[in-house]
Amino acid sequence: MFIRPSAAIAAAVLLSSPVLPQGARAADKLTDPQIAHIAYTAGVIDINAAKQAMKKAKNKDVKAFAEDMVRDHEAVNKQALALVKKLNVTPEDNDTSKALSKQASEKLAELDKLSGAAFDKAYVANEVAYHKTVNGALETQLIPSASNAELKNLLQTGLKIFQGHEQHAEHVAAELK
Amino acid sequence: MMPGRLASTALAVVFLTMVVPADAATIEITMENLVISPAEISAKVGDTIQWVNKDVFAHTATARNGDFDVTLPPNKSAASVLKKAGTIEYYCRYHPNMKAMLKVEP
Repeated sequence: MFIRPSAAIAAAVLLSSPVLPQGARAADKLTDPQIAHIAYTAGVIDINAAKQAMKKAKNKDVKAFAEDMVRDHEAVNKQALALVKKLNVTPEDNDTSKALSKQASEKLAELDKLSGAAFDKAYVANEVAYHKTVNGALETQLIPSASNAELKNLLQTGLKIFQGHEQHAEHVAAELK
Repeated sequence: MMPGRLASTALAVVFLTMVVPADAATIEITMENLVISPAEISAKVGDTIQWVNKDVFAHTATARNGDFDVTLPPNKSAASVLKKAGTIEYYCRYHPNMKAMLKVEP
């Protein structure tokens, strides 16, 4: 695999930035407005990647996968917006969200240069890596840090559906070989 | 009056036997939290499956053998009548992890 997985960098960002340092954990604990922002941003990133794929992908399974990503991530983000509105919470931008967005726009630019089967392969490989990263972050950080029960619940629903995406992406990747 | 009543009774009998077999049932299959339940169920030809999607995600009930392909928008339900006997594996095209089995008896 010569594709540089930007997700690995995103993982490093998520795992090493304000979030995990063990000693300072309590002080650095993410707040609900920050968690909501990170989760929403992660969804938008995958929607943008999928929209690019819907235009560029050649393989029909890859196209269908991209459509699935738009449908599901938009559904989750719609729920997230409804929830923050209900809770009267304003999502708060933060370093993790910023790092994720920066990585994502670099990845979009990188993938934009590819076409045909090379694009399909690179997109799906990144989807596998990206969902792994986001799921890891949800499991180990975002869900445990969330205070509000409804937010926690929505993140858990998100984790469940994104784990399905990860497996779906792995399956599509295997079929492309 | 009698002949009329007889005729309508006869008509009713005809309709009942044609349209609704005496033992036709409605069976509910639910999709909730990305799980199809019950995961395995038996039904008979002529029974109606009431598909209920309780998720905020769109799902499908898609038979691997092509017998049916029902699309279920978020929080919507749909009905389909079983026309053929067989053991049908089906899944959600959008979430292929969602799988279940329907045994349709003649």
